[in-house]
Amino acid sequence: MPKLLTKELADLQVKVEETAHSYGLDFFKSCYEVLDYDEMNMVASYMGFPVRYPHWKWGMEYERLSKTHAHGLSRIYEMVINNNPCYAYLMESNTQVDQKLVMCHVTAHNDFFKNNLAFRHTNRRMIDDMANHATRIRRYMDWYGVEPVETFIDRVLSLDNCIDTHSDFIVRKSKTVVKDEESDTPKEDEILKIPSAREYMERYVNPDDFVESQKKKLSEKKAKQKHFPVEPEKDVVRFLMVHAPLLRWQRDVMDILWEEAQYFAPQAMTKIMNEGWASYWHSKLMTEKVMDSSEVIDFADRHSGVVAMQQGQLNPYRLGLELFRNIEERWNRGQFGSEWENCTSMAERRTWDKKLGLGRNKIFQVRKIYTDITFIDEFFTLEFCQKHGYFSYGYDKKRQEFLIESRDFIAVKQKLLASLTNLGQPSISVLDANYENRSEILLEHTYDGVDLDMQYAKETLKNVASIWTRPAHILTKQEDRIVMLSFDGQNFKEKIIDRAK
Amino acid sequence: MSLRIYNDHSRFKDIIRGRIKKNLKEYIKNGDFISKQGNEKITIPLPQIDLPRFKFGANNQGGVAQGKGDVGDPVSGDPQKGEGGQGKAGSEAGEHVLEMEVSLDELADMLGEELELPRIEPKGHRRLHTKRMKYSGVHVAGPEALKHFKHTFKNALKRQISIGKYDPANPMIIPIRDDLRYRSFRPINKPESNAVILYMMDVSGSMGEEQKEIVRIETFWIDTWLRRHYDGIDSRYIIHDAVAKEVDRNTFFHTRESGGTMISSAYKLCADIVDKDYPSDDWNIYLFHFSDGDNWSVDDTRLCIGILKNRILSKINQFSYGQVESPYGSGQFIKDLREHLLDHEKVSLSEIKDKEGIYHSIKEFLSQGR
Repeated sequence: MPKLLTKELADLQVKVEETAHSYGLDFFKSCYEVLDYDEMNMVASYMGFPVRYPHWKWGMEYERLSKTHAHGLSRIYEMVINNNPCYAYLMESNTQVDQKLVMCHVTAHNDFFKNNLAFRHTNRRMIDDMANHATRIRRYMDWYGVEPVETFIDRVLSLDNCIDTHSDFIVRKSKTVVKDEESDTPKEDEILKIPSAREYMERYVNPDDFVESQKKKLSEKKAKQKHFPVEPEKDVVRFLMVHAPLLRWQRDVMDILWEEAQYFAPQAMTKIMNEGWASYWHSKLMTEKVMDSSEVIDFADRHSGVVAMQQGQLNPYRLGLELFRNIEERWNRGQFGSEWENCTSMAERRTWDKKLGLGRNKIFQVRKIYTDITFIDEFFTLEFCQKHGYFSYGYDKKRQEFLIESRDFIAVKQKLLASLTNLGQPSISVLDANYENRSEILLEHTYDGVDLDMQYAKETLKNVASIWTRPAHILTKQEDRIVMLSFDGQNFKEKIIDRAK
Repeated sequence: MSLRIYNDHSRFKDIIRGRIKKNLKEYIKNGDFISKQGNEKITIPLPQIDLPRFKFGANNQGGVAQGKGDVGDPVSGDPQKGEGGQGKAGSEAGEHVLEMEVSLDELADMLGEELELPRIEPKGHRRLHTKRMKYSGVHVAGPEALKHFKHTFKNALKRQISIGKYDPANPMIIPIRDDLRYRSFRPINKPESNAVILYMMDVSGSMGEEQKEIVRIETFWIDTWLRRHYDGIDSRYIIHDAVAKEVDRNTFFHTRESGGTMISSAYKLCADIVDKDYPSDDWNIYLFHFSDGDNWSVDDTRLCIGILKNRILSKINQFSYGQVESPYGSGQFIKDLREHLLDHEKVSLSEIKDKEGIYHSIKEFLSQGR
């Protein structure tokens, strides 16, 4: 059972939070719970929540965590969930200095959850809703059997990266559907003509070929509207939920899983910023206020572990932390604006210091209105890239290993941004729900230079087909050729459509 | 204490077991487990189970990292695996092989379920037990000879420190009555085996390495299954060409003899062992004989059948004969056995063509639940 905070820890919480307030952090009320290693592994497997719907994948994660923990390969120090009040967990066996560090770190996460725009629409009562979801799914399992419900969950989960992560912020184009009975040929009064005052001018103002072209445009538009969905639909899960022939419980399960996927999306969108922000603040709070002098060595050891640069890996904690520090320094010294951008003298740039002291304000603003992709786009500069030794790498098929591709700033930044685009997931949308007029579903992978893993794509397509209950197809590219992969319920078929330019 | 996750965990394990069971045929063929015994865990590598997703091909994507190195240098480590931040749980599991630990007993159960083997009802009314003493704990009372010096010393030290009588400059520790600790023992019931398996193998010139490998694998699985049903079990090994002798396990599997084959010699020896060591009222006796089916003469075969009928079959639970196909053997022996003993309820015969056949043969041998 989770234990209440000891007196020491409760006092510590007060101290940390007071200090954090004094630096301007603004966070939800937080509740800490002390867990032993087994409970910690459980909660970590449930992605931070005490109760989730029953599923084997949590068990698999638990198996992995327990094993790596038993062999001393990993240790979970902290976990925090985006909720109001904000729940965080402390490992019982952590030392006092660990607990301090964790509290500082968690408080900054809490501040980030509360203030960053990406989290604005997230459910702040998710801890309750997760438990409700679990109850609903458990009930369906009781009513309809564990196997069918679990199999259905498996299928939906395999699509949970095909959601529209921005749907909370953007109103997509109208999705109204024109009724089938309407014909494609436009009526006379619908054709867009230029108004002319005199009848005899009509032929000159609206010559025949113009009217004809207007007619064509209109009928094309109508034909397109008949197309379903009218525009490619990015939220595949939502689309299937609304339009697939599902049972009520299936629709409800899908809704639950969609909601949970949406809830976690902002965390994936701000991984670098969020961890950077938390690391920035734990080091600041610890070194300036919270830590005792006797704890310096342990703290330094722990901190360096968190931001360690592992050769050949991108550590989001480190990248985020260094970027926030860089931004603070630049704005303190006034290294921004057109004057700075246009300055070409290296010597001048190096000693540039206008003593503006705007750094702190700037990072607070950044944590509010940026997400990873805009954060990197704006603040990952040439100087930063070179100073911290970033490079891009790729797979060399001949040598069968990953090689450093480039240290060129533009190339590195492009690769970094590409890896963040759409959360590093392929962009999939529903192109046609009545493909070939046989109510088969056609998906499209918007190709941006990287091939899909075809083995996985096949299995996933199978799941789409079984939810849609009709054959499913996906358009993608393999080795520069447009390929349509189809699954008809029994067999896969790969058809090369066209040799791309 | 039981955590909520245990349900999910056991659900996951069930799925894994299902996978193992599905591939059991493969595992049975493969001789890798044979060195294991009893409760030892076997590690079975399985491909990671994973929810399929639309995702990028692992090697197509590349990425960005930080560190030393020139363009064209290999990136050390596997950059696609995991993410930095020591001590933090990565959000995604790396792609690794899943290693599942199963005990032999569990494997035996899976074998049983997969082959639909019946449980065995042991005969013999009384369970034989021997008592043994095991030093397993520490007590406050006991004979001087069993005094636990380390515990006693520690207690005395603790006491002296806590009452302030300990002087580091002159570290003298004097235990008093309350400090004394003694080793204590507990009687342990060790079940005495009341089952015995007698393995007989033809090691004449015609049995090659491949045939022996098949026998080795098959006996391993039979052994595992029978051990699941008896707490202790004896195994005896007999090899024979023209003469039979009893050997240890190691020799049984590794000897290569040459020469003719007189199966009756083995049966005779076997009957003698049973008569001498295993009174049939108390013992569950299983006989397994493997050969390539090439016997010396018709007379000897007749003799074999005679021994089986008169001296052996009435005393044992089951007699199993497995005939391994070999390029040299005539394979006649199983036909003779069929002719004379097919209807006998305690006899089970099986032909094993190759490694694939092991699975089926085990089923034939063990499906009677005797």
